[in-house]
Amino acid sequence: MSYIWTLAEQANGHLKQVSFELLTRGRKLADSLDTKLASLLIGNGVSAEALRELILSGADEVYYVEDPRLASFSCETYSNIMVELIKTFQPHTILAAATSSGRTLMPYVAVRVKTGLTADCTELDIEETTGNLLQTRPAIGGNILATIKTPNHRPQMATVRPKSTRPPEPDADRDGKIINVPFKEEWLDGRVEFLGYRKDAGDFENIEEADIIIAGGKGMKKAENFKMLRRLSDSLEGMVGATRDAVDRGWIGYSHQIGLSGKTVSPKLYIGAGISGSIQHLAGIKTSEIIVSINNDPEAPLHKIADFAIVGDLFNVLPELQKRLEGGK
Amino acid sequence: MNIIVPIKQVPETSNVKMDPETGTMVRSGVESVVNPLDLYALEAALSLKDSHGATVTAVTMGPPKARKVLDMAISMGCDDGVLVSDRKFGGADTWATSYTLSEAIKALGNVDLIIAGERATDGDTAQVGPGIAAWMNLPLATYISDIEVESEKSLIVERLVEEGYERLRLPLPALITVVKEIASPRLPTLRGKKKAMQTEIRTLSTENLTLESTNLGLKGSPTKVVKIETPKVTRGGTVVEAMDDASVTEAVDRLMDFLRQREVV
Ligand SMILES: Cc1cc2nc3c(=O)[nH]c(=O)nc-3n(C[C@H](O)[C@H](O)[C@H](O)COP(=O)(O)OP(=O)(O)OC[C@H]3O[C@@H](n4cnc5c(N)ncnc54)[C@H](O)[C@@H]3O)c2cc1C
Ligand SMILES: Nc1ncnc2c1ncn2[C@@H]1O[C@H](COP(=O)(O)O)[C@@H](O)[C@H]1O
Repeated sequence: MSYIWTLAEQANGHLKQVSFELLTRGRKLADSLDTKLASLLIGNGVSAEALRELILSGADEVYYVEDPRLASFSCETYSNIMVELIKTFQPHTILAAATSSGRTLMPYVAVRVKTGLTADCTELDIEETTGNLLQTRPAIGGNILATIKTPNHRPQMATVRPKSTRPPEPDADRDGKIINVPFKEEWLDGRVEFLGYRKDAGDFENIEEADIIIAGGKGMKKAENFKMLRRLSDSLEGMVGATRDAVDRGWIGYSHQIGLSGKTVSPKLYIGAGISGSIQHLAGIKTSEIIVSINNDPEAPLHKIADFAIVGDLFNVLPELQKRLEGGK
Repeated sequence: MNIIVPIKQVPETSNVKMDPETGTMVRSGVESVVNPLDLYALEAALSLKDSHGATVTAVTMGPPKARKVLDMAISMGCDDGVLVSDRKFGGADTWATSYTLSEAIKALGNVDLIIAGERATDGDTAQVGPGIAAWMNLPLATYISDIEVESEKSLIVERLVEEGYERLRLPLPALITVVKEIASPRLPTLRGKKKAMQTEIRTLSTENLTLESTNLGLKGSPTKVVKIETPKVTRGGTVVEAMDDASVTEAVDRLMDFLRQREVV
């Protein structure tokens, strides 16, 4: 039986959290098909302990392709590696994260190996009768859930929404193989040149990785008031999000925008203050575990989908909440 | 510079219906618009035209009425519009769509830069842009937030990723997808609208493209939709009023209890 693969991600020699979330998904699929789970990592400078961590978290095998020239993501080079490994090992299924690199690399590879790809899945299962992968994903701004399969092509490929599942508890007794795949010069595609990161990126924050997000909308009234959200998010160890209205008014940078034309987030806790809950904003928060809404309009749509709604003035509620969090009560 | 912008027609409202039999969208009765995220791609192309001179061609694949989005593109300032349309293309997934579009773009010839939207707001896959690049073996840079023309043959671009903004040197020809931050889209002009009425839209179909028939439409799509559900939207949560000082204190008390119970604080 061919294997289930996950594509681990690294940045600066460290494995990203989502690499482990993928193992939770992959382990379940491998067990129900009675096959093995392998993790593929392309990069540079990831320590042997970190690779072992993948085994302890559920991988049976780890394939590691290492070279200094693989340190930063290159769609063309990474896809050359994947295409060759897919042809050699013929995996049953490949899961990658729905991140900037996963969502770039996977469609490029899927075309090259002539197979289907399902984007941004939030649920994965095996169809009992056929062993096909059932891939469920929100579409049309989260208004529908579509289940998709790839019956006649292999591998079956899917990207998985970060934070849509938890990473496994590492099991110190687990055993597995770590296999170094020697880098081949011919894989290198030097067309796109990585020059570095922009230095002055201001208040950049990757809200897709946040466990807690406190977001503000037009009801925050002015840029100055976003400091209130910042203080709260510091106390909660979270990050600040925003609606398009707040971003368009220049109260906070675009990297904080949540929704149809911004980021999709799935934190454990989302708190929205002064946000009406337009369909476009909701598209980005529907898979949050807990939604809290603070709005003085009892009819605000965000209240309707909230687990906990406070109908009140955010300028009274937020300072009170801040007091409570700092008081540690 | 020859720039191609693939744009998609999407349903205006977010309340579109799905056909549970075929798993495809029921488009009748729903107003259609240009995918809002493609307006940023159009704007990026048009500002390159303004600053460096370029011919900008908008290309859309869809039913005959999708030509409406091409009119929109021309009225914003695009030079040309191409409709890729054929019954055989219907029901295509992103793999088959990117195949068909890449063949149409190849047939147009001599492209220097393809600028796609980040994703379409209906399917929401962000796969068609990268797919076209793969079919054409073009270098690819996604999530671009800034473009600088370095020379006739290269761009310096900024790419919005989880860690911040990457800077890349991109040789031409290439394909990029752009994010909202790139520029704010211009409005159509009256002159543009007139031009759109006069511009003849070319149509490409299986008649004038050389296509692998097994790669087309629903039949040629590796992925199949097997089920459509409408998830429940209302969570039926607790609602508390906090209209005066005392009720604010109480509301926040209850919120803190709730958060502790759910183990998030
Ligand atoms: C194609 C398209 C794409 C879009 N993409 C996005 C997107 O990605 N993300 C996004 O967010 N939006 C997006 N939008 C915009 C969206 O339609 C809404 O305009 C936007 O989300 C509204 O933002 P808001 O909730 O901050 O503002 P509003 O809708 O104006 O809501 C402000 C809320 O604050 C409340 N309020 C005011 N004062 C107080 C107070 N003192 N205390 C408590 N509450 C108060 C009000 O009751 C109101 O409900 C998009 C729109 C389109 C057409
Ligand atoms: N039918 C289509 N015709 C033209 N361009 C398309 C079509 N579908 C997708 N695209 C382009 O690909 C991008 C991503 O779309 P998607 O992969 O559907 O999310 C869009 O923003 C468009 O630029």
